[in-house]
Amino acid sequence: MPTATRSPSRRAPELIFGDLWSFDPAPETADPKLKSRYELFINGRLVAPRGGRYFESINPATEQKLADIALAGPADVNAAYGAAARAFRTWGRLPGRERAKYLYRIARLLQDRAREFAVAETMDGGKPIKESRDFDVPMAAAHFFYHAGWADKLDYVAPGRRVAPLGVVGQVIPWNFPLLMCAWKLAPALAMGNCVVLKPAETTSITALKLAEIIADADLPPGVVNIVTGAGEVGAAVMNHPTPAKVAFTGSTEVGKIIMRSLAGTDKKMTMELGGKAANIIFEDAPLDQAVEGIVNGIFFNQGHVCCAGSRLLVHEPVADRVLARLKQRIRVLRVGDPLDKNTDIGAINSREQLAKIAALVRTGVREGAELYQPPCALPPRGFFFRPSVFSNVAMSHRIAREEIFGPVLSVLTFRTLEEAVEKANNTAYGLSAGVWTDKGSRILKMSTELKAGVVWANTYNKFDPTSPFGGYKESGFGREGGRQGLLDYCRLV
Amino acid sequence: MIGGLSASWRRLVDEVGTVDTVGLEERVAKYTTRSIKKSAKVWGLRTAVTMVDLTTLEGKDTPGKVASLCQKAVAPSDDPTVPPVAAVCVYPAMVRHARQALGPNAKVRIASVATAFPSGQAPLRTRLAEVKAAVADGADEVDMVINRGAFLAGEYGRVQDEIAAVVAACGDATLKVILEVSELETYDKIRAASFLAMRVLRPGDFIKTSTGKTSLNATLGNNQVMLEAIRDFYLATGVPIAMKPAGGIRTAKQALQFLIAVKETLGDGWLNNRRYRFGASALLNDLLRQLEKERTGAYQAPYYFSEAAESY
Repeated sequence: MPTATRSPSRRAPELIFGDLWSFDPAPETADPKLKSRYELFINGRLVAPRGGRYFESINPATEQKLADIALAGPADVNAAYGAAARAFRTWGRLPGRERAKYLYRIARLLQDRAREFAVAETMDGGKPIKESRDFDVPMAAAHFFYHAGWADKLDYVAPGRRVAPLGVVGQVIPWNFPLLMCAWKLAPALAMGNCVVLKPAETTSITALKLAEIIADADLPPGVVNIVTGAGEVGAAVMNHPTPAKVAFTGSTEVGKIIMRSLAGTDKKMTMELGGKAANIIFEDAPLDQAVEGIVNGIFFNQGHVCCAGSRLLVHEPVADRVLARLKQRIRVLRVGDPLDKNTDIGAINSREQLAKIAALVRTGVREGAELYQPPCALPPRGFFFRPSVFSNVAMSHRIAREEIFGPVLSVLTFRTLEEAVEKANNTAYGLSAGVWTDKGSRILKMSTELKAGVVWANTYNKFDPTSPFGGYKESGFGREGGRQGLLDYCRLV
Repeated sequence: MIGGLSASWRRLVDEVGTVDTVGLEERVAKYTTRSIKKSAKVWGLRTAVTMVDLTTLEGKDTPGKVASLCQKAVAPSDDPTVPPVAAVCVYPAMVRHARQALGPNAKVRIASVATAFPSGQAPLRTRLAEVKAAVADGADEVDMVINRGAFLAGEYGRVQDEIAAVVAACGDATLKVILEVSELETYDKIRAASFLAMRVLRPGDFIKTSTGKTSLNATLGNNQVMLEAIRDFYLATGVPIAMKPAGGIRTAKQALQFLIAVKETLGDGWLNNRRYRFGASALLNDLLRQLEKERTGAYQAPYYFSEAAESY
């Protein structure tokens, strides 16, 4: 063997990520103060649903029941809108500085009970406690603080114009950031002087109803915020009711289209924050380790249950192998498991249905010929868990490259030129977000004008701030949340 | 000259890649949110003890102080199950006293700073002579400083040649190359300097953050940059280089965070004192205090530990 004399065969160097130092469980122990039964919140009071029916909310990490949640019927939705319309007569005329006091109070009460809310959020939705503790709850409070600050400055929100509230708005929010989406929807609406009927997602109603406790504690006038719970038909009732002047929806593009169809011909204003299939684009001059960190944050944050998740990775060909190798190695040290453990990086999938959907799409990816990598981590025996997954050799025509998976599944594609990257990134029905990684500033500016996405992150990913408007292009929706732009979606210019 | 510096720097950075400061610091901030409990904590603390290079580098060091340092290194605690530290680290003039205190073939190794520590501002032949003298006096390990002046002037070849010369002067002794990160200033330069050094080191030689004599020493950030450089170099060449953060690690909590960085970046192969060390003096006492707390469930009075660095 001539090669043997030239280079003695040597195993390729490998790093060992074993259990030499395995961490003991480190559960967060704060009491979530859950009730066994949650009622509807209508006209400032907790009321039983007129139909007398309840449904179960379970912990997706244990499949155990957490509480019974009231199932609202059409009569309850009617009552909620009636209360909101009555409350609007005074709330809409209240000076902004008075409304601000309530919003500040809600923000502070939320901060006071931050740990309790974080634990409740994690138990109800399955997200890791470190995320609900460090992101969801503080960010929700930040949205109330930010919009409280606007409430007495609304004369300056649209230069040269005066603004007036719309009236009553109907809002339906998703299960991926239950409390935070409440804050995104409620805070600007209330600051502007609107009254609200809000429906949380059926799998994650608990923190919205805990927020109702805070709203009551803050002495918000009855009827300004009403919360009705239930599944899709309750959401449809909230969206289709004749009372609201505006409806705001965050959720899937599929449901968004149904809502828009049903509202065609009405004069209701709409904000739609829908799905996404964001491209995270890595150029060869990018700082690779930080880019890998951004990829991980982009797709595995909140188990990938993020509408702006960086689910399509576009890598410049010269560095594709290196990025993929480092990414696989990084994923090996992600800790999948008990969401209440402070060391958990990836928690539970929100529901059995979502788990089945993710698994089905991953099977499709394998069948279509993409190459699947999953780290060899142990999953808990009970609960809805899914390994972080990376598909390489993905083609643009594969379903996993086109459809929103809404789970911890990344599709890796490559590109050669900037034009090809733009072409591939924009070749999707969605347009919510994108990421660009490069050392070159001019390339960032060029990409951010070429990419058809509501948010373009440069050398970072999944960064949010109440001051920064968030929203989509194309089938990712319209309207903005956050910042001045978000406020303008909740007012009339007069 | 400026053009020359720029060209050579670009060439080096093109080879080894860049580091984004914001992203890197976000990454290491996550290490500080890890929660290490119970047996995992005890394992981490005990492992950290075995990784300590117990250090005294002061003008007022005496043979007596070095002897008590050695005593503490061999038996850090009254609890006989607490393992000895990895090494003592002293000035070259103190090496023979340390050897006398520890005896030949001691389990605790003797490290000596050399090469005109901490500035490195001496002629190369003087620095090499110092290395040889320390090794002849019984040093098992030599901690050298790189020529920062040459590095910042873009004379990368010279920096590397000098390291290679020290490697040769070390003989069988292990070499630790101090980059003095606070004088390199950026993460890009720390990464580039790590590669310059590693390319002429032998398997098992170290790169080390700092002398402990400047304002900024080991941080999770510069530790991470160097760990990633070691990882990339190992995966490319198969040569395992070891790592030693030094200076500024005073508490057991910090030490555990550094070890988490090792676990998640380089893996199990580096969780031992052949591949990872802490250059520290105050750290050992806090490790012992925390181990005692884990054993007894209560914090002990401070006078049970030799707090003052002067009294080992």
